[in-house]
Amino acid sequence: MSRHVFRDIRGTLQPFWVTLRNLFRKPVTVQYPEQKQQLPERYRARLILTRDPDGGERCVACHLCSAACPVDCISMQATEAADGRRYAAWFRINFTRCIFCGLCTEACPTKAIQVTADFELAGRDPLKLVYEKVDLLVDHCGNDNSYNFYHQTGIGVTAPRGENPQETKPMDVKDLMP
Amino acid sequence: MADTLFTVVLILAKLALIFGVVLFMAAYLVLAERKILGRMQLRYGPNRVGPFGLMQPLADVIKLLTKEDFLPARADKWLFLVAPGITAVTALLVFAVVPFGPTIEVFGRTIPAAVVDLNVGVLYFLGVSSMAVYGVVLGGWASCSKYSLLGSVRGLSQMVSYELSLGLSLVPVIMMARSFSLHDIVMAQASVPFLLLNPVACFVFLICILAESNRIPFDLPEAENELVGGFHTEYSGMRFGLFFVGEYINLVVLGSLMTVFFLGGWHGPWLPPVVWFLIKVLMVCGLFIWIRACLPRLRYDQLMNLGWKVLLPVSLLNILVTGAVLLGLGL
Ligand code: SF4
Ligand code: SF4
Repeated sequence: MSRHVFRDIRGTLQPFWVTLRNLFRKPVTVQYPEQKQQLPERYRARLILTRDPDGGERCVACHLCSAACPVDCISMQATEAADGRRYAAWFRINFTRCIFCGLCTEACPTKAIQVTADFELAGRDPLKLVYEKVDLLVDHCGNDNSYNFYHQTGIGVTAPRGENPQETKPMDVKDLMP
Repeated sequence: MADTLFTVVLILAKLALIFGVVLFMAAYLVLAERKILGRMQLRYGPNRVGPFGLMQPLADVIKLLTKEDFLPARADKWLFLVAPGITAVTALLVFAVVPFGPTIEVFGRTIPAAVVDLNVGVLYFLGVSSMAVYGVVLGGWASCSKYSLLGSVRGLSQMVSYELSLGLSLVPVIMMARSFSLHDIVMAQASVPFLLLNPVACFVFLICILAESNRIPFDLPEAENELVGGFHTEYSGMRFGLFFVGEYINLVVLGSLMTVFFLGGWHGPWLPPVVWFLIKVLMVCGLFIWIRACLPRLRYDQLMNLGWKVLLPVSLLNILVTGAVLLGLGL
């Protein structure tokens, strides 16, 4: 006990000096509705569904985002168009449950679902926070202006199979027979 | 007959005055505490209701009054309902003997500037203030919840360990003033406050009233981060409000007693006596708030150790030394 007496006395008195000094400093609080904080560029908040550079919907309704979501707030119904392009018949995000973790954007293979910095979603009616596809879909590419899933995958939607740049022709497996 | 009537009216008037002033001070102490604590932690504190947040106490009262008054299913009903009152009422009762100014002459009668000038004021204070712990104990017991019970058990054991030193730290004051009356104690400090004559007793008394007020660093019965809310976990609405306001009334009362016993009461140059009294009380309250911003909560056993192994021997020794010095000086 005696070994620490001086340390303890100092430890007891020091806070008084620190708090007294703080009393005359400017508080660090940002007075929110009047002042707003400069948010970081990559801030994670309201989600959007982006389009590819050619204007088509990026989302292929693969359900990976809803599987990744820790609070299960994404739901959708997948369908397929006549040209073989998959899309979501409806796509719904319940923002009363979303925790803005961004895991859905990590999971998305087409870069369709992306975060924005708009966090001011509060309202009095929780049902207004259930966003449908029309509310989510935007007409820009979000943070990637060049990526188009269908140009990379070898699925014959934007061009016949194997015709896209960086793709090789599909192999006729029957050729390989001895 | 007219004489008695006059006395009764006078006492009622003083009661109303003190009641109003103390409640007003308690309400604004809450605000002051929140603001000062905020600034000490580099925040603003409440600043939305009214200019500089000055209407905050009003908003709080409206909120507390309109909240549901919840009674836990297995609570002991009557004790549960009565307990918050005990805390607030005992705190107010102590104030009856506190003199806030010199005696004044009205219509040829000398009137003490306290509700009553008891000749055993110190004993009255010690008696009534130890009743205050009943609010804590009964509230926690009646809630029938383990957190509340833990809180009230802590309150009780805390009371046992500081109350003795509290009483003993006042003995040198009584010896020096040669009176149990608070008025006489203040009069004895006309030239030098007892803080300078007997700093040890003052220090022990300060620590004990910190414990008495159930505030950091001795807020074991509440201990929000260990016991949810301690003894008032189950309380809501205005009953919680009573506990809360009782704590701050207690702060004002203990501040006044500190002023009376050690800081020379209403004595001071230039300003009128009542103003000096108010300034001193507010300074003690400010000190309490400052301490709250600085110190962590003591552990259960540390408080016991402090009470029994440090404060008690120190105050006993202090009595001995004070007595010897008084005897030596032939007073
Ligand atoms: S941000 Fe997180 S919580 Fe919100 S939808 Fe995406 S995965 Fe779910
Ligand atoms: S948003 Fe992305 S991950 Fe979610 S279904 Fe559409 S393509 Fe799949």
